[in-house]
Amino acid sequence: MGSKTPFYDKHVEAGARIVDFGGWDMPLHYGSQKEEHHAVRQNAGAFDVSHMTIVDLAGERVRDFLQYLVANDVAKLQDYGKALYTSMLNENGGVIDDLIIYFLGETRYRLVVNAATREKDLAWIRKQAKGFDVAVTERSELAMIAVQGPKARELAAPCIDAGFREAALASKPFFGLEAGEWFVARTGYTGEDGWEIVMPAADAHAVWDRLLASGVAPAGLGARDTLRLEAAMNLYGSDMDETISPLEAGLEWTVAWEPADRDFIGRSAIEALRNSPDRQRFVGLLLEDKGVLRNHQKVVVDGIGEGEITSGGFSPTIGRSIALARVPAGDYDRARVDVRGKLLNVRIVKTPFVRNGQIRIDV
Amino acid sequence: MSELPGDLLYTNDHEWLRREGDGSVSIGITAHAATSLGDLVYVELPEAGQDVEAGGEMAVVESVKAASDVYAPIAGSIAAVNDDLADDPEKINADPYGDGWIVRMTPSDGLDESALMTPDAYQQLLDELDD
Repeated sequence: MGSKTPFYDKHVEAGARIVDFGGWDMPLHYGSQKEEHHAVRQNAGAFDVSHMTIVDLAGERVRDFLQYLVANDVAKLQDYGKALYTSMLNENGGVIDDLIIYFLGETRYRLVVNAATREKDLAWIRKQAKGFDVAVTERSELAMIAVQGPKARELAAPCIDAGFREAALASKPFFGLEAGEWFVARTGYTGEDGWEIVMPAADAHAVWDRLLASGVAPAGLGARDTLRLEAAMNLYGSDMDETISPLEAGLEWTVAWEPADRDFIGRSAIEALRNSPDRQRFVGLLLEDKGVLRNHQKVVVDGIGEGEITSGGFSPTIGRSIALARVPAGDYDRARVDVRGKLLNVRIVKTPFVRNGQIRIDV
Repeated sequence: MSELPGDLLYTNDHEWLRREGDGSVSIGITAHAATSLGDLVYVELPEAGQDVEAGGEMAVVESVKAASDVYAPIAGSIAAVNDDLADDPEKINADPYGDGWIVRMTPSDGLDESALMTPDAYQQLLDELDD
């Protein structure tokens, strides 16, 4: 018996297969993971993401603090509500967690970090915050649901209070809007348009019922994983961890090198790797043979070396197997993967594999 | 879970066997196995004519979640494989005891029913798993 989110009873009611996920009882699927996946690509699906950890930061020096804490630069956040994706690094340049930061006000920011890393993240943030006089408040009393898909905002709009519904519908991608305890952000983890909606736990059941009544499909962790893999979005613990630099996990775009004198934690360690000829590549793979790529399978690059699949699976949208992999430095676009003792052919492709319902690679 | 077909035999590994009129035995995985695996996306089949040992790896079924071996419940040779599964592995989810059959085997020593489970015995196993 793990922790339960405010939506738990609704998952059971919808026929969910419940699994343990980092100590939480979460829905894996509600019958068919593939159908939930397609619902999100073609219409709209709702994911309970209340297990994720919301942390609010407040204080006069909160911006200085975040410029020290994370690899991206919150100076990029100039408009209220704007979101920034980045990672927190340790002194060795390994990834403690990836997170999203919302700019709520000059002295207020909201972080959303992973559920499985909650305790170490909070400990790390609190430790680093000493000296900045920043208040660190976990908001575990709030519920959060991600509604994703081309029709997501249209179908979820009736759940939003009429007083700020129009404003929420008008908000641009990667912006959030705060209204009391409610927070509606145009962000997600699927490669589709949509919202992540934070609300008081007491509102969770009514929102869930209304979403399902408007035709939004409940979607579980299984579909969440295949959707994020198609969108080539990293999963903490699989694609990167405390031993992996963001530069070898496809996350260099979330590192702000300028201004050069901004001294964020881990900077000197990852700078040493920045122009190294040995720096591993982080690539997308498309399986050309029949079969399914899985996490931890060995990638063989003839004459160069070996790498490893960090996230592999079947892409329901493409109908083929795809993967993210860390592979040796070098100029090549083909490799082979050891799948249950057989070396199968893969092609290195530019990610994302799928975005906004469209296949983005040559199949 | 729907009722188990009464004319089949079952194994601990959640496979079923059907005795066909020509002496061959059709083999597949049970609805319980298919549901646990989730949507199937790939099936690796043996070659027709291949000999297999009882308990040996015979096929691999892969779902969106995971890969799982299918073991030969009896010794014999592969008489036929269900080629339709190459393009439509979800037949196993949709109709595990019918169109979702995986192979047909010619048993080398007949069918030793004492090593297999009756529908009642297999139902009992499923009931215990639910507890």
